[in-house]
Amino acid sequence: MRGELSWKELEVGAIVTEPGNAAEYRTGDWRSERPVRKQELCIMCGNCYIYCPEGCIVLKEGRYETDLYYCKGCGICANECPKGAIEMVEEGK
Amino acid sequence: MPRRVALEGSHAVSEAVRMADVDVIAAYPITPQTHIVERLAEMVANGELDAEFICVESEHSAMSAVVGAAACGARVFTCTAGQGLELMHEVLFVPSAMRLPVVAVIANRALSAPLNVWGDHSDVMAIRDCGWIQMFAENAQQAFDLTLCAYKVAERPDVLLPAMVHIDGFHVSHVVEPVLLPEEETVREFLPPSEYPFPLDPDRPVSMGCYGPPYIYTEVKKAQEVAIENSYEKVLETFKEFKDVFGREYRPVETYRVEDADMLLLMMGSYAETAMLAIDALRERGDNVGLVRLRLWRPFPAEELRNVLRGVKAVCVFERAISFGMGGPLCAEVRAALYHLPEGERPKVVSFVGGLGGRDVNVEEFEAMLRRAKERVSSDELEGFEFVGLRE
Repeated sequence: MRGELSWKELEVGAIVTEPGNAAEYRTGDWRSERPVRKQELCIMCGNCYIYCPEGCIVLKEGRYETDLYYCKGCGICANECPKGAIEMVEEGK
Repeated sequence: MPRRVALEGSHAVSEAVRMADVDVIAAYPITPQTHIVERLAEMVANGELDAEFICVESEHSAMSAVVGAAACGARVFTCTAGQGLELMHEVLFVPSAMRLPVVAVIANRALSAPLNVWGDHSDVMAIRDCGWIQMFAENAQQAFDLTLCAYKVAERPDVLLPAMVHIDGFHVSHVVEPVLLPEEETVREFLPPSEYPFPLDPDRPVSMGCYGPPYIYTEVKKAQEVAIENSYEKVLETFKEFKDVFGREYRPVETYRVEDADMLLLMMGSYAETAMLAIDALRERGDNVGLVRLRLWRPFPAEELRNVLRGVKAVCVFERAISFGMGGPLCAEVRAALYHLPEGERPKVVSFVGGLGGRDVNVEEFEAMLRRAKERVSSDELEGFEFVGLRE
C-alpha cells in the first residue's frame, strides 16, 4: 500500500519529511465505475493515453492498460475510444 | 530565595511568561485578559524580556501567529478570554493536531448574548474538544505555577502538545494576592530552552499541516488521541518535578477534607476557595462534607477521579457553564466516569449550575447548595440540574 501508513508509522504531528508523496495518493477509491478493456478490439491508436486526465493509462508489454490505483473512473477513455474497446463497468459487479 | 510579592493574578502570569523567556508573543487585548498582555508588552518595550511581540488584528491571527512561530521552534505565548477564545476557535485545533507546544492562558469569561465581560466557564466548555492539555488555576500563585508547568509538559519530546491554563476572569485575573516568585535562575533550570524536533529549517525541509484525505485522517486522529492520553503520566511527572524544585504540590484531582465524607462537592476554578470556607463551616456543625477540585481538565483524569469518589454516598457537582438542552457539561463527564463502577460503590450525583456571567456564590450559598444537594439525594431527585441563586 503506497503511502497508507498505520497510525504508529506516522511522524509526530503527521509531518511529512520526504518530498514527492502526491504520487502515493490513491485516487482509485473515488471510482464508481471502472474501465474494462477488450484488448482484441484495441488498435493501439493511443487516444485513451492522450485523453486520460489523470495520466493513468500505461503501456505494459506493448499494450495499453489502466492503473486502477489512480483511475477515478471518469469514463473519458471509453468515450474517446474509436473502436468501443473500453466499457465502464459498475464497481462491485 | 523566593520573594513574596503582591501581584494581580494577570501579572503573576506575565511574570511566569517573562521568566520562561519566551521568544514570541502574539495577542489581542480583551477583558479580562488585558492586563496579562499589557504587562508583557511593557516588559518587551523596556527590554526586560527579549521577545517578539506581534500586535495582531484578532485572536484568530494571534493563534495563527504563535502556531507559525512554534513551527519554527520558538517558545510562544498567547492569551485571551470569552469572545476572543471563540474567535480563536478554528485555529485552536491546529497546534494540537500538528503537535506544537503552544502555551496559552485563558481568563475565563462568559459568552454573549447578553454582552457580559465577567467570568464563567462558557468559553472553556465551547473549546473543550480542541485537543489541548488544560489545567485550572484557582489563585494567583497557581496561575504562576501552572503557567510554568504548562511549558514544561508541553515541550517534553514525549508530549509535544499545546497546553492551556484557565484562570477565572476577575476572580483570579484582577485580584491582588501574595505570590512567591522564585529566582529567575531556578526557573531557567526548570525550563531550559525548548528543542522542538522538527523546526522549519531550509536545510532540513519538512511539510507541516498537510492535506489529510480520508485514507489517513483516522490514523492521524488515533495518533493524536494516544498522544494526549499518554500525556497524563507526563503531567504527573511534571507536577512532581515542579514540587521537587519549587516545593508546591499539584495533582490532577485535589481534595480538601474528604476523610469520611458522605457528600463531596466537586468543581473547577477559583470558587473552590470560597467553597472551602463552606466545607469548614459545615464540618464544624457535624456535616461530613468534603471538596474535590479538578486541577487537570484534559486529559480528563477519570481513573484518579474514580479512586477519589468510589464508595462515597453522593457527589454534588457545581459548575459555571451550561450545555443548553443537556445540563452541566462537567457533571455529564463526572457521571460518565462513574458509570461503570459497581452498584454500591457508585455515588449518586446531583448537578448545580451557578456563578454565571460573574455572579458571586458566597459561603452561605455554597452551604445552602450542599443542604439542597442532600435533600435531592435523599428524595432521589437526581435528574437535571438546579441553578444557584436564581430569582424565580
